[in-house]
Amino acid sequence: MTALTRHRLFWPAAVLVVLLVSNVFFAPRFFSITVHDGHLYGSLIDVLRSSTPLVLVALGMTVVIATGGIDLSVGSVMAIAGAVACLMIGDLPNQDSVGGVLLAVAAAIGLAVVLGLWNGVLVSVIGIQPIIATLILMVAGRGIAQLLTSGQIINVSSPPFRVIGAGYFLALPVSVLIVAAVVAIAVVLTRRSALGVLVEAVGASPTASRLAGIRARGLTIMAYVFAAVCAAVAGLIFSSNVASADSNAAGNLIELDAILAVVIGGTALTGGRFSLAGSVLGAVLISALDITTYTIGIPAETTLLFKAVVVVVLCLSQSAAFRAVVLRRRRTAGAPA
Amino acid sequence: MTAVTSPPRTAPPTSAARRRRWADRRHVPVLVTLALLVGMYGTGVANYENFSDTQVLLNVFVDNAFLLVVAAGMTFVILTGGIDLSVGAVVALTTVVAATLLHAGWPAAVVLPLVLLMGTLLGLGMGAVIHYFKVEPFIATLAGMFLARGLSLLINRNSIPITDPFWTAMAQKRIRFAPGIFISTSVVIALVVVLVAAYVLAYTRFGRTVYAIGGNADSALLMGLPVGRTRIAVYTVSGFCSSLGGVLLSFYMLSGYSLHAQGMELDAIAAVVIGGVLLTGGSGYLFGTVLGVLLLGLIQTIITFQGTLSSWWTKIVIGILLFGFIVLQRLVTRRAR
Amino acid sequence: MTERTVLEMTGIRKTFPGVVALDGVDFRLFPGEVHALMGENGAGKSTLIKVLTGVYGIDGGDIRLAGEPVHFAGPLQAQQAGVSTVYQEVNLCTNLSVAENIFIGREPRRLGRIRWGEMRRRASALLAGLDLDLDVAAPLSSYSLAIQQMVAIARAVDISAKVLILDEPTSSLDASEVERLFEVMRRLKRDGVAILFVSHFLDQVYEIADRMTVLRNGRLIGEYRTEELPQMQLVTKMIGKELTVLDRLDDEARTTAAPGEPVIAAHGLGRTGAVQPFDLTIRSGQIVGLAGLLGSGRTEVARLLYGADRADSGHVEIGGEQVTLRAPRTAMRHGIAFSSENRRTEGVIGDLTVRENIVLALQAARGWSRPIPRRRQDELVAKYVKALDIRPADPEIPVRNLSGGNQQKVLLARWLITEPKLLIVDEPTRGIDVGAKAEIQKLLVELAGGGMAVLFVSAELEEVLRLSHTIEVLRDRRLVEEIENTGGVDADRIMQTIASGATA
Repeated sequence: MTALTRHRLFWPAAVLVVLLVSNVFFAPRFFSITVHDGHLYGSLIDVLRSSTPLVLVALGMTVVIATGGIDLSVGSVMAIAGAVACLMIGDLPNQDSVGGVLLAVAAAIGLAVVLGLWNGVLVSVIGIQPIIATLILMVAGRGIAQLLTSGQIINVSSPPFRVIGAGYFLALPVSVLIVAAVVAIAVVLTRRSALGVLVEAVGASPTASRLAGIRARGLTIMAYVFAAVCAAVAGLIFSSNVASADSNAAGNLIELDAILAVVIGGTALTGGRFSLAGSVLGAVLISALDITTYTIGIPAETTLLFKAVVVVVLCLSQSAAFRAVVLRRRRTAGAPA
Repeated sequence: MTAVTSPPRTAPPTSAARRRRWADRRHVPVLVTLALLVGMYGTGVANYENFSDTQVLLNVFVDNAFLLVVAAGMTFVILTGGIDLSVGAVVALTTVVAATLLHAGWPAAVVLPLVLLMGTLLGLGMGAVIHYFKVEPFIATLAGMFLARGLSLLINRNSIPITDPFWTAMAQKRIRFAPGIFISTSVVIALVVVLVAAYVLAYTRFGRTVYAIGGNADSALLMGLPVGRTRIAVYTVSGFCSSLGGVLLSFYMLSGYSLHAQGMELDAIAAVVIGGVLLTGGSGYLFGTVLGVLLLGLIQTIITFQGTLSSWWTKIVIGILLFGFIVLQRLVTRRAR
Repeated sequence: MTERTVLEMTGIRKTFPGVVALDGVDFRLFPGEVHALMGENGAGKSTLIKVLTGVYGIDGGDIRLAGEPVHFAGPLQAQQAGVSTVYQEVNLCTNLSVAENIFIGREPRRLGRIRWGEMRRRASALLAGLDLDLDVAAPLSSYSLAIQQMVAIARAVDISAKVLILDEPTSSLDASEVERLFEVMRRLKRDGVAILFVSHFLDQVYEIADRMTVLRNGRLIGEYRTEELPQMQLVTKMIGKELTVLDRLDDEARTTAAPGEPVIAAHGLGRTGAVQPFDLTIRSGQIVGLAGLLGSGRTEVARLLYGADRADSGHVEIGGEQVTLRAPRTAMRHGIAFSSENRRTEGVIGDLTVRENIVLALQAARGWSRPIPRRRQDELVAKYVKALDIRPADPEIPVRNLSGGNQQKVLLARWLITEPKLLIVDEPTRGIDVGAKAEIQKLLVELAGGGMAVLFVSAELEEVLRLSHTIEVLRDRRLVEEIENTGGVDADRIMQTIASGATA
């Protein structure tokens, strides 16, 4: 039992369960999953579906944070990816063309690779602090997305594109399947190749890694490219789900949620050891929080307050200084007894 | 910490020659900003009719008075090497609380000090968490941002108009120099804040300690400076400036709205960086921040005059400027090493 | 000596869990003298300074300042009472002006407003008193480290001028800068300031110090007047002669090995501020030991040969081919391995497991896309965990949880699985227990026996003597002599070279 509670992910998982269970009191059918037209429906499926963009972004963010960095530009990359895809699809003579949609998706992801390279080079070659380096793309990227769409919401009516965010395959939402695939690829790539351990080495101790002959530069650039690609896929899912590109709303403030998810998942902001599973759990937890506030009936906006409380509690519980203060209090308080 | 390994200089050059050399290097970013500002103004005058009107220039101040105040507070934080992400949210919270209380019939004489106190206390709280619990400024102020934005949404999701006579008087009062040439009271307040802040940074022990912490916090501690107290104080100053900025914004908008000042933290950070303040702390002037704010304002003015350019160009240009200045900072600090 | 002491420490005892850092140490300081505190790594010099300045409390003994018993809560309080410290890494803010660095926290003010003019004037006057003509309005960063150090001294002296501690102030200065610093010290001496001086450069100590106190292994060896203690005797006292009571290694093992082909040859390799150009050849099957005092350039030689720092003169031949060692990767590709003296910060990665640490270098060399199969990893790790007796023998626990000796073994294992031609080990036995130490020494001898070239760096002369075929002696960042370690060579012979600086 203690081994269980001591597990890194015990508390986030427990909070997630409590959140989900608390929904039942307000929505008795919360846990029921129905089959309709061969598709699964239900609140749990909704939680999963709505969490997909955040899970993806958090996944990329995890790897960047593991290298000792941070990526603030993910939201803007989401917006750019959505804008590029919708523009290209909008220009298609026939929006039903699967080939045309695939080309648009490929273009969006290709552009994300370039943006990731930009971030990675600024951080690892020019040597700019990650927060600052990615701030540039965060600000300018949003403008580029708006420039692409001329500030309009670009609507598309392309059934093949719609599949990405709203389609079903084998009774499951396609977006959930895509995310599952990306998670699987990320896990295999980091844990089956040597990528994971080398990234952790670089993040944990740049000096020791250099002396061990690790080429940190390439690894760091790859991490930022991965984060950008994840963000682009998230942007495609988001944009497909609403069948439009909204350069203002897409990925707005998602970088903060993603960083939060990573921290909840037990990856330290200082870099080193990372947990992809933890970040996925953290992202689902944040989405569940949104859904729960909705079902409980408190205004959706108050989730921000919840998040503030969660961040404070988590950070304080991770802060050695805070623990020292609390423990000392407890000890002095317990002394007379 | 800062093991400066400049080449040994056995025969030091004359004082005057040396002074000229370091003066150049230290002021390069500010001078570049100034040159850009003048150049941009010149381009505006040359290309657009009526751009040379004095009022066009004064409007830059009128439209950005609140940003000037917020950026002044941010300058303190960044000079210590920290960052404050909560400023935009605190601005919004201030407008919402002020509007709500005024709407409920509270007198302006009570509301005004109350909202200023609230922002100051929020800043104090974040500073205390950062100092005592060793939480990263990024995370602590992120929590503050969620908290402030969440609170304002909780209070009211809609825009609340302000009809208080004092507020409307402040909004409509114009200080006229000549017919058609005027500034608002907010500009006067902002300029007073800037002057006081510049004085504090240059002529008080607190101000110099801010620079010392940004230069080398460990050394500052060993030199017996009150590092902890000062660090808490800069976040308190930033909190105060944010709430004052919020008050000015509510004069300007005559409304309280939880979605006011979205992304203002980015504008403030951008203005500070463009003004030549090093993001790692310890170097830069409040004068630079003022130039940074003016440059941002001028870009918007030009885009408005151009007519065909859309607002998103602002973001792209700011991004490009950020990139240019960060690389410039990198070069300047590298040469200084 | 009829003068009154300004500072007197008697019977100082300081223990850390499991270690006695200072054991009954006495130390006294007279006004107007420069007193050198001498000792090798771990002798207790820095502990003594930290005890004096209140960084650490004491477990026994007492400290008197001008006759009064004192107990400082921290460096700040010590400074207020008249004991200031200037460290090697200057603890000033280089972004501020020279004047501010001297006066920050106690600026001349009127109604809370800093009087800049007054402050600059006073700073100039103060520096002029030390024969320094600086632009006090310029940022400190525009001056060399030597000047920065003197500004730190000016600040310290202006705050309180009784006792000034200079902890390795000269480590990064060149000759003319050192001379300037000494002028300042002499001037302060004349003003009656008592200076505690720590330096690893014997010449400097003999030039400036009036007396010296020698510590070894936390014990007081003695206090001497400089002119009464020849350099040779000083070195003997610092290093000590007692032989470690380890099972002696078979001397034959090292002497019989016939040196093979040169693995690496350095020609005029050097780096400004680190070590002067040197020639060095290491052959296969040969252990070359680097001897010299702390700060003599031992580590710098090792780092240059690995490309951890870039050389700015000379070149390296590996296997007869000229190679530019741009980065550690280049050296690794040519079969060179390097175990750093800073085991925790530059060696093992604490968060990673034993297995991950051991395969790290090999994996880095293969690149991320060619992972070492898990089974192969387990085999390699199991083999070396067994061969080096790494404990606990669980490869899946974080290296952080291992003892120093076992961390060192993990680090060696990391390099051994890359099957290097040249193994550079910097202080592999420092701070580890006796058993592990003997094991590592034995391992190095075996590796050389198997044909590997080994460059062995250690502060312990006995250890260098016991293992090495050839001993390179360093002094004041210069390689001064190469000694073939045949029958007649003993510690005295090496110490003589270290002390006198015989030319090669």
